[in-house]
Amino acid sequence: MAEYFWLIPLLPGASALALLLFGRRLSRTWVAWQASAAVFASVILSKAAFLHLARTSDGASGLSKTLLPWIASGSFSTSISFHLDELSAVMAVVVTGVGFLIHVYSAGYMAEDRNHSRYFAFLNLFTFFMLVLVMASDIVLMFVGWEGVGLCSYLLIGFWFERPAAAKAGMKAFIVNRIGDAAFIIGILIILASVGSASFAVINDAPRSGLLSAGLVTLVAILLFVGATGKSAQIPLYVWLPDAMEGPTPVSALIHAATMVTAGVYMVCRLSGLYAASVPASSVVAWVGGLTAVFAATMALVQNDVKRVLAYSTISQIGYMFIGCGVGAYAAGMFHLVTHAFFKSLLFLAAGSVIHALGGEQDMRRMGGLKKHLPVTFPVFLVGALAISGVPFLSGFFSKDAILTSAYAGGHYVLYGLGLAGAILTAFYMFRLIYMTFYGDERTPRAAENHIHESPWTMTVPLVILAVFSALVGLIGLPVFFGEKANLFGRFLEGVFGPAAHHLALSTETVLVLAATLSALLGIGLAFIFYRRSPDVPVRLADRFPGIYRLLLGKYYVDEAYDAVVVRPLVRGAELVYEHFDLKVIDGALDGSAAAAGLAGKGLNVLQSGLVRDYALAFLMGAILFLGFLLIGAP
Amino acid sequence: MIPASAFFILAALLFVLGVLAFFIKKDLLTQFMAVEVMLNAGNLAFLALAKTLGKADGQAIVLFVITVAAAEAVIGLAIIVLVFRQRKSIRTDDLKDLKG
Repeated sequence: MAEYFWLIPLLPGASALALLLFGRRLSRTWVAWQASAAVFASVILSKAAFLHLARTSDGASGLSKTLLPWIASGSFSTSISFHLDELSAVMAVVVTGVGFLIHVYSAGYMAEDRNHSRYFAFLNLFTFFMLVLVMASDIVLMFVGWEGVGLCSYLLIGFWFERPAAAKAGMKAFIVNRIGDAAFIIGILIILASVGSASFAVINDAPRSGLLSAGLVTLVAILLFVGATGKSAQIPLYVWLPDAMEGPTPVSALIHAATMVTAGVYMVCRLSGLYAASVPASSVVAWVGGLTAVFAATMALVQNDVKRVLAYSTISQIGYMFIGCGVGAYAAGMFHLVTHAFFKSLLFLAAGSVIHALGGEQDMRRMGGLKKHLPVTFPVFLVGALAISGVPFLSGFFSKDAILTSAYAGGHYVLYGLGLAGAILTAFYMFRLIYMTFYGDERTPRAAENHIHESPWTMTVPLVILAVFSALVGLIGLPVFFGEKANLFGRFLEGVFGPAAHHLALSTETVLVLAATLSALLGIGLAFIFYRRSPDVPVRLADRFPGIYRLLLGKYYVDEAYDAVVVRPLVRGAELVYEHFDLKVIDGALDGSAAAAGLAGKGLNVLQSGLVRDYALAFLMGAILFLGFLLIGAP
Repeated sequence: MIPASAFFILAALLFVLGVLAFFIKKDLLTQFMAVEVMLNAGNLAFLALAKTLGKADGQAIVLFVITVAAAEAVIGLAIIVLVFRQRKSIRTDDLKDLKG
């Protein structure tokens, strides 16, 4: 069945097309089931392809299929062709697997929405583009997927476009991504101009074969990474992701947590040959990741909106993935990508379940004590929180540890320190969220309380499945003291990334694991003290350090700064151009020509007196002139 | 035998008379009659040419002109009558609504 792997993206694509064309005429249940079934078929196919690769994993080249010739221009040509190797197979399994669960969840979550079929069409379309991005065998087709997911993200953030905030958030996401994509396109063009081929295999080989000089490799790698900071919400282009939470919650889970935002990480891994060849570019990747991991985590500390906490957490966790890629541990970065996809979509969907139960309430200050009302949601949320915090033997523990260990082993001690600090913060804000939402006094308004209810099975079943994966998926990437061959995930990807670079002494590794565990427990303990045992501590802290508190609550005023430095000058400039060029030059030219025509009309107007005699006189004069001309001109 | 030039001179005099009448007179009916005079001056010139050239073409054209003039007189007089009914006047100086 593996040879039909090229159908993986096409099935959701076909379903999206059908839903866009005929969705309005189909019944609600049919729409939801068709969309889910198309993705489920892709799940089956990608699992088959994955197992096929796992069986034949000997550094072979993977599966390839060319569908159509595409661009042929001079010596350059590219075709629409898919390639599935170990790396893209991992992504395909994650995208289809998580995507399928979120489709099922959406069937319950969006059941009452008016534009049900439009929603599922976009969700299918997103899955299609994401899979194109993942399975593209060259960077041009990848860019098509890259832009396609951006489009779907825009459409789905602004899904409830009648709410001004949602429409605005969609535009913000789209425009911020354009900035990154401009750099991305320049990077692609430099590659096409100097390498002459778009294929990943050739590009990854370019530094070694000398097609790209060292300086050009760094330039291209950094330009492409700027694109990744847009898509993957890293400093300085992360500002769109928190606002993207205006979209429906399953969309936040699928696009803005599990899959699309990790596209940047995947791109860096896909072009690992390029990044590995450039130390400066790798440092940029690692440092941007490290700083984002801590910076975003501090903003998550004081947010009161459930989904915004998770949004900042996503930014922070993607920072970790970039640390992994930047220090050369691509497999570790991918591993965190996979585990994060599971536990973060779990957290988002569970948060969605809470929001659904409270009839749309997202503010944690009006929640509390929900533990007994939501018997399924609470335990799965707890599993997700423990996993992201890095509590031992859950998935996040292994993947975060793999990244931090690699950073330490590569001698990047400051990055390691940032990662550890981020881990404490992560545990703290996650358990702050848990304590504020599920424990303590019930702060829900009376009216909402009467119909607090657990969600329907289409929502809870995906939650439970995701919880199981979040808990156990880490076991595919065990650290070295479970045996040399325990890291199945790392060994699976060796065909793409080559064998791991660094090895640490067992004792050092043990210390690192202990440090990671302690930082997770420290964060949880602090959250317990702050938000459970003595809830007045945060208030007193906020009073004691009002400056810091306001700075965090104001999200470091980055949005305001961008507004002042970029947005407002642009708007003002546009206004100036409008006033001075549009109004004066363009409108002036038009009005001028109209006025000239009018004046000419007024001048000629005198001739038309309305008197028959005048006309007859003109006629006579004409006749005489004509005759005179004939008589004189004749000889 | 009357020389041909006499016919031409008479035709030219008649034509100039018609033109002058058209410009001097101010009521539509008289101006219309002036137009008829000019038409007939033209007819006379055609007939004189037919005689001097010894061809029948000029006579044929004159028959056409007389026919057309009859039709034109019918329509022209009808218009003048209708204008008079509407405006109680056929002075061309009063009929200058179509000015720019």
